[in-house]
Amino acid sequence: MRIAVLSGKGGTGKTTVAASLALVTANSQYIDCDVEEPNGFLYLTPEFSRSSVVKVRVPQIDESICTLCGACARICQFNALAVTPKRVLTFSELCHHCGACSLVCEAGAITEVDRRIGVIEADAVGFAVQGQLDVGEPVGIPILDNLKIWIDPDRTAFLDCPPGASCAVVHSLEDCDYAILVTEPTPFGLHDLEIAAELVKTMGIPAGIVLNKAGNDNSIIEIFAAEHHLPILLKIPYSRQIATDYSNGVLPVQASSEWAYLFGELAARLPGLVRG
Amino acid sequence: MRVIVTSTGSTIDSQMDPRFGRAEYFLIVDPDTMKTTAIDNASRHASGGAGIAAAQAIIDARVDALVTGHLGPNALNVLRDTKIALYEGVPSTVAENLNQLKAGQLKPVSASGSSYPGQGGGLGQGRRGGQL
Repeated sequence: MRIAVLSGKGGTGKTTVAASLALVTANSQYIDCDVEEPNGFLYLTPEFSRSSVVKVRVPQIDESICTLCGACARICQFNALAVTPKRVLTFSELCHHCGACSLVCEAGAITEVDRRIGVIEADAVGFAVQGQLDVGEPVGIPILDNLKIWIDPDRTAFLDCPPGASCAVVHSLEDCDYAILVTEPTPFGLHDLEIAAELVKTMGIPAGIVLNKAGNDNSIIEIFAAEHHLPILLKIPYSRQIATDYSNGVLPVQASSEWAYLFGELAARLPGLVRG
Repeated sequence: MRVIVTSTGSTIDSQMDPRFGRAEYFLIVDPDTMKTTAIDNASRHASGGAGIAAAQAIIDARVDALVTGHLGPNALNVLRDTKIALYEGVPSTVAENLNQLKAGQLKPVSASGSSYPGQGGGLGQGRRGGQL
């Protein structure tokens, strides 16, 4: 079973929810898909003993064969190649590894070579797994592809998605059985919840809401949830204690047995929610 | 001789566009006759690599000189590989830039500036959420 935790808006509590659920669920995995800045390790404190370098294939030009015809630069949709009167210049950080340039090169001057863009790290038992994009790299999608290899179909995997609703989030959501949308009762929270809800609906993934930083009046989210038939699975109050614990690297489920119980209850409901 | 000036409009009285990769137009000007041809800069909406694509357009236009405000590192790498003379324009009209070029008053481009801030560090507009 694969459960995606996403939010649209950043800072709403994706990591709190995903890491907490992973902790209270037996035979689970926590997969940090926020490859630009994975942070689940701050709370789960795994010892990463295994790693695998993520590489992509980028073009390399054999100048002795190249005819400077320019076909490679014209086919490239990402402006990763330029043809000057002297040579073909490649900008591999812009390359999306589609291979079109080598396909159209009639001279056969293009070969594809490996280039490192990041790393996957995991603890010995595969409970905590994270992708990490190297600094300066713009495209994390190949890391997400590699992360999915680490997901064990016999375990319950909680995918801590990146913020937003970008390609990286879509990619993380693919093949997930259920989506937990984390939000907060603010206009900004609602705005981005609407985008996230539309995304999972478009992808045909059943979803429910965890309302974080809940206050006395949560109607801004409750009305949306009712209108869109999205169950509110859990409300986490706007609490100084929870914030203090979090800033010390302690999740609510680690700080109190009450929260361990409430998250455990939610985890127990998930198989039923997945089946609908 | 043919000169390209990055321009905010399609006529010689338009302001020089200080942006290179995301300039509105490339104005090809014959300095002797001041006749112009405007090229719409198709790469200005590119999510990434606009400077590279614009540099390719300049090469493909077969000009002798380029006048613009700011060349990023990637664009400069491409254009340095050609014989096209590169000049730093002044914040004025295309016509005025041509006059200064003819009078030898424009400075040749020395080093590149950084990629444009606010355009995703030169790697596409809006980094988080803008991939692919």
